[in-house]
Amino acid sequence: MNVTINEEAKTIPEGLNLVELLKVENVEMPETVSVQINGTFIRQDAYASTPIQEDDTLPFLYFMGGGA
Amino acid sequence: MRAFSDEELERYSRHILLQDVGIEGQEKIMDASVLIIGAGGLGSPIALYLAAAGVGRIGLVDGDVVDLSNLQRQVIHTTAEVGTPKVLSAKRKIEAINPHVHVETYQTMVDASNIVELVSKYDFIIDGTDNFSAKFLINDACVVAKKPYSHGGILRFGGQTMTIAPHESACYACVFDAPPPANAVPTCSSAGILGAVAGMLGTIQATEALKYITGVGELLHNKLLSFDAKTMQFRTINLAKNPACRVCGGTGITHVRDYEAVVCEMKR
Repeated sequence: MNVTINEEAKTIPEGLNLVELLKVENVEMPETVSVQINGTFIRQDAYASTPIQEDDTLPFLYFMGGGA
Repeated sequence: MRAFSDEELERYSRHILLQDVGIEGQEKIMDASVLIIGAGGLGSPIALYLAAAGVGRIGLVDGDVVDLSNLQRQVIHTTAEVGTPKVLSAKRKIEAINPHVHVETYQTMVDASNIVELVSKYDFIIDGTDNFSAKFLINDACVVAKKPYSHGGILRFGGQTMTIAPHESACYACVFDAPPPANAVPTCSSAGILGAVAGMLGTIQATEALKYITGVGELLHNKLLSFDAKTMQFRTINLAKNPACRVCGGTGITHVRDYEAVVCEMKR
């Protein structure tokens, strides 16, 4: 199945939910990543119940807290 | 219209030459006020460039004193000023660069008791803080006070920034709902930061402030710009305001509260 993650075309296994996708993509701490699917933010508590579908566009947004 | 002195005409000539800025744009800059929260890695280049640009009134908020370990990136401070309050050290440099700028200093950290009043006094706010509780607090206060602001974050070799028009464009909490769990995300003090990367992001934030003031170009509204200096790849992710946002969704929040400090600032 083809999806776009952070503007990169990727082929991923069929039938994953968002938690599983983050695991497949080696995101170590899913609680530190904010995800949009096709422009809509997904709540953290809905990651496990959100299926990934063909041609989904997903930016993974990471926290950056520095500044000083 | 303000009467420019010969000195001002010459000082700002490279702005005035810019077709999009001109005399009118420079006048807007001189009439503007900007609050810089954090006089550190981001706040240093931001303050230097906004001072040079002639922003009429610059507010600086920081409760820290200059530490030797700051000097690798906090370019507004000097070796001789180790131990000096950062806001005072920064004020000296701003006034040395441009005596036309009026500098207001607040030697304190922001919290729920002072933040709304602080941001209310300025036209544009810039987040140059180093922790999530302050970043979320600034976002909340700017939403409550309806103040446009620039979010910035840096880590190791990377940075990210977005510009927020409260209630109109996506806010920080639209993107990142709430601070991450304690110690889940490394900070500059625990993970390090390449000094020049702070300059890269800080100058982007200063540029956004000047664009806002002059009305030139398009701001980073509904866009998260991030870069990785290792590959020098820049990425802009389009965002949308989250209608269910905890902070700006619906009618939005009406007051601010402190977030738990989730970052232990490790000082050597």
